[in-house]
Amino acid sequence: MKDIHSIRITVNGRTHEIEVESRRTLADVLRHDLGYTGTHLGCEHGICGACTVLLDGLPARSCLVFGVQADEREVETVEGLESDGHLNALQEAFSTHHALQCGFCTPGFLMLATGFLRENLDPTEEEVREAMSSNLCRCTGYQGIVAAVLDAAGKGDGLETAVEDTFETPDGQIAGVSPLRDAGDHGQ
Amino acid sequence: MSGNGSSSDGWVGRSIPRVEDARHLTGRGLFVDDIERSRMLYAAFVRSPFGAARVKEVSVEDALEIPGVERVIIRSDLESIPGLKPVLHRPEFVGVEVPLLSGNSIRHAGEPVAMVLADSPHAAEDGADAVQVDYERQEPVVSLDAALTEDARTVHDEMEDNVLLDVRVPDDPEVDEAFEEASAVIEATFTTGRVAAVPMEGRACLAEWYGREDKLVLYTSTQVPHIVRTALADVLDLPQQRIRVVAPDVGGGFGQKCVVSREELLVPIASQRLGRSVKWVEDRQENLTASFHGHEQRYEVSAGFDEEGKILALKADIACDVGAYSCYPFTCGVEPLMAQAEMPGPYRLKRYSSRARAVTTNKVPMAPYRGVSRPQFTFVMERLMQKAAKQLDMDAVEIRRRNLITGEEFPYESPTGVVYDPGSYIESLEKCAEALDFGAWTKRQYEARSEGRLIGLGFSSFAERTGYGTRAFALRKMAITPGLDNAHLKMDPSGNVAVAVGTCGHGQGHQTTLAQIAADELGITPDKILVRQGDTDATPYGWGTFASRSLVIGGGATKKAAALLADRIREIASHLLEASPEDLELEDGQVRVKGSPYHFVEVAEVARAAFLEAQRLPEGEAGTLEANAGFDPPGTFSNATHGVEVEIDPETGEVRLGRYVVAEDCGVMINPMIVEGQVRGGVAQGIAAALYERLVYDDEGQLVTSTLMDYLVPTAMEIPSVEILHLETPCEYSETGAKGMGEGGTMGAPAAIASAVADALSHLDIEIDHLPITPDRLRAAIKEAYEGDAP
Repeated sequence: MKDIHSIRITVNGRTHEIEVESRRTLADVLRHDLGYTGTHLGCEHGICGACTVLLDGLPARSCLVFGVQADEREVETVEGLESDGHLNALQEAFSTHHALQCGFCTPGFLMLATGFLRENLDPTEEEVREAMSSNLCRCTGYQGIVAAVLDAAGKGDGLETAVEDTFETPDGQIAGVSPLRDAGDHGQ
Repeated sequence: MSGNGSSSDGWVGRSIPRVEDARHLTGRGLFVDDIERSRMLYAAFVRSPFGAARVKEVSVEDALEIPGVERVIIRSDLESIPGLKPVLHRPEFVGVEVPLLSGNSIRHAGEPVAMVLADSPHAAEDGADAVQVDYERQEPVVSLDAALTEDARTVHDEMEDNVLLDVRVPDDPEVDEAFEEASAVIEATFTTGRVAAVPMEGRACLAEWYGREDKLVLYTSTQVPHIVRTALADVLDLPQQRIRVVAPDVGGGFGQKCVVSREELLVPIASQRLGRSVKWVEDRQENLTASFHGHEQRYEVSAGFDEEGKILALKADIACDVGAYSCYPFTCGVEPLMAQAEMPGPYRLKRYSSRARAVTTNKVPMAPYRGVSRPQFTFVMERLMQKAAKQLDMDAVEIRRRNLITGEEFPYESPTGVVYDPGSYIESLEKCAEALDFGAWTKRQYEARSEGRLIGLGFSSFAERTGYGTRAFALRKMAITPGLDNAHLKMDPSGNVAVAVGTCGHGQGHQTTLAQIAADELGITPDKILVRQGDTDATPYGWGTFASRSLVIGGGATKKAAALLADRIREIASHLLEASPEDLELEDGQVRVKGSPYHFVEVAEVARAAFLEAQRLPEGEAGTLEANAGFDPPGTFSNATHGVEVEIDPETGEVRLGRYVVAEDCGVMINPMIVEGQVRGGVAQGIAAALYERLVYDDEGQLVTSTLMDYLVPTAMEIPSVEILHLETPCEYSETGAKGMGEGGTMGAPAAIASAVADALSHLDIEIDHLPITPDRLRAAIKEAYEGDAP
């Protein structure tokens, strides 16, 4: 017997009214019911933090929250960070400090850092490291992530950026969307 | 060599931002679980809770009662389908088949017994819980010692013992003679713990069956899409052209995804049988208990040194705990054969003999994991150097300086016949030692000790063989031999170029670096170049991405094909410019007559003429602006020295890392930012294996570290900043001068940390011969040393 509830959930400013089975997690709801697939699941037991979103402004593991618990609440996901096709300062800093490689943990780190920087406007490196230690990254060794968060906090003085050359597409728009997104959608 | 090479005005050598970043920073990447299909089914597996057992009966009736469950597939449903058969063509190898589902013998906890298909992942898991399996438990074999005892139970019924591979480098009588001349003989046993790659995205696949074309499409999180296709074709008995394998964005692999999983075959079989799309996404517990592990090895070693500290001879008995099966296609030989062939590392050594065994146990199978044996034998070699230095009263840098292969010795041939191309072994040691102010170390350590603090400094030097071509791999005698790769470049009518490669990056930024290489050859900017990878229908056959091969081999193929495409562009432009092709150069998006800068045509106009205004060209000249090239180099060695400072808390046994310096040489760097990212990520995984991560099986064959609460992947609090210094010895064998470098970080870190910890405790005579160096072990050893007996 399925246990279904109606919920009203606001994601990145847009309100959705949906029916949710009680055992579905917030991550299930975001990814599979609403299509916000930028939120990733890396462990489903609350350790890795890949699924971190902001719930009423605070970082939360969406794998440890049921969808029904997000009823009448506001969720922010990675899809809400860019504006008008431009990366925000934190996203830019992640790229210039090479804070991502495979990209799977990246949305979780971006949301964790977004929540952290709203609370702490003037963080030290030690504070950034401690906050970022909530999540796991297997590719970067964290150095770029720590540098990017410090830079986004306006504490980039004396930090070497990883990127030496700027290289922008002529219109400054976000480049490099997966060519496979299309291929994946229609298959053969 | 043509093109701009590493000249300052080219794209190669510049840290341009990655084209991959934007999609991942905005949540627009596409990983397997992001793909949805209508009427899709979800798979869940019933897995054995026991390490060794017989399956007496499987009943699926209750599972089929669960709402949403469509089908349960068990072994008897697959009778016509063979298992995976990884093969080495050598007499010392015993081949064992990997059954897709176990119908009789269970050989490790986590082995799949049944596959449940349902209309939601939740229903599939409910169904898996409801499948009843009657097991008859057996005594599991869970350690090297247990597996190698005379009367050990055999993991595989048909075998007489538990040794799947046993290779000896023929006994050289001069090895024993060399020991007689030695001033110092070090004998020791070293062990390294079992670890897991833990890519942040676990394994996942989605299979679709297109009845219209009798074609299977498999989206899978893999490093080797073409190899998955070859395995599928064999098992499903389908022509390869009726299979398309796509690796979309892949959330890390580190080797775990360069082998073919049985789930990658079972999910397509289900899709074919049910005529529906089927998705399977493993959870973290499955990834830890049922995918692949690695690096669990034991080395029983003796090494002889002369009075000057030069290593004269080395004897090694190497045993690798490879778990229950061989991995496909590399087999269980990947660790022991690597260890045996390359153990001498960066050191000049004449006399060497070894025995290397792959030992099967009731544990998860071994697959290549970043470094493959090199983190382990580097740990062994560096510890031998440190022990010998201590015995001969020599410092850590001096003993390495005396043993490292020097510039004039290249090309150097090792006692196992491996040829080392030029590198900067001594230079990287000196650079690293200088950066850490080695000259002042003894004083610093003395002062710290007098304050009761335990600080240590450790080094590790290593050579990292990369870009293994077919001939290097052929020595292993695999039934199918990795090595070559191909690139196909195609210009479209607007002058943009698609580069299709058989390599398959999954975080290494190949869409950026391969574009940098092609851009230099074609005289266009990288944003005009789109690198396609990871789709067997859209890319030429290739071996994918593992073993630090992609930038050397895929990059070499890309450069060669780009040079050919540049020739085609010059040919067509020669008609438009009425000039000879030899007089034309490609630069700034133009084809120019050399020495006559105002006499040019835009590359985009050449493309337009070739496709849309063919009347401008002689008959037969239009219509094709593409080129293919393959590359298959002999292999090349990167090198590095790592140095690290540690401080040990004697009360807790905690090891804290101070400065960490890497002096590395990977030849020409295509994109230094990406090189440094690879170093830092590798070092983090090496630190993890040195201090934190360890997979532990209990006596019942159960993995007790099956969550990330128990298996300790380090965080930003544990991994320090890494200072990186570069040297550049361009590779003579690669088209670009680049050497591979994806694994070195992992190779150097455990040895450097072990050396540093041993240095911190040298006055207490504590040896660090086992990895990981956990606080409990260290605290016990320190306590024992201070108190004179065990606590």
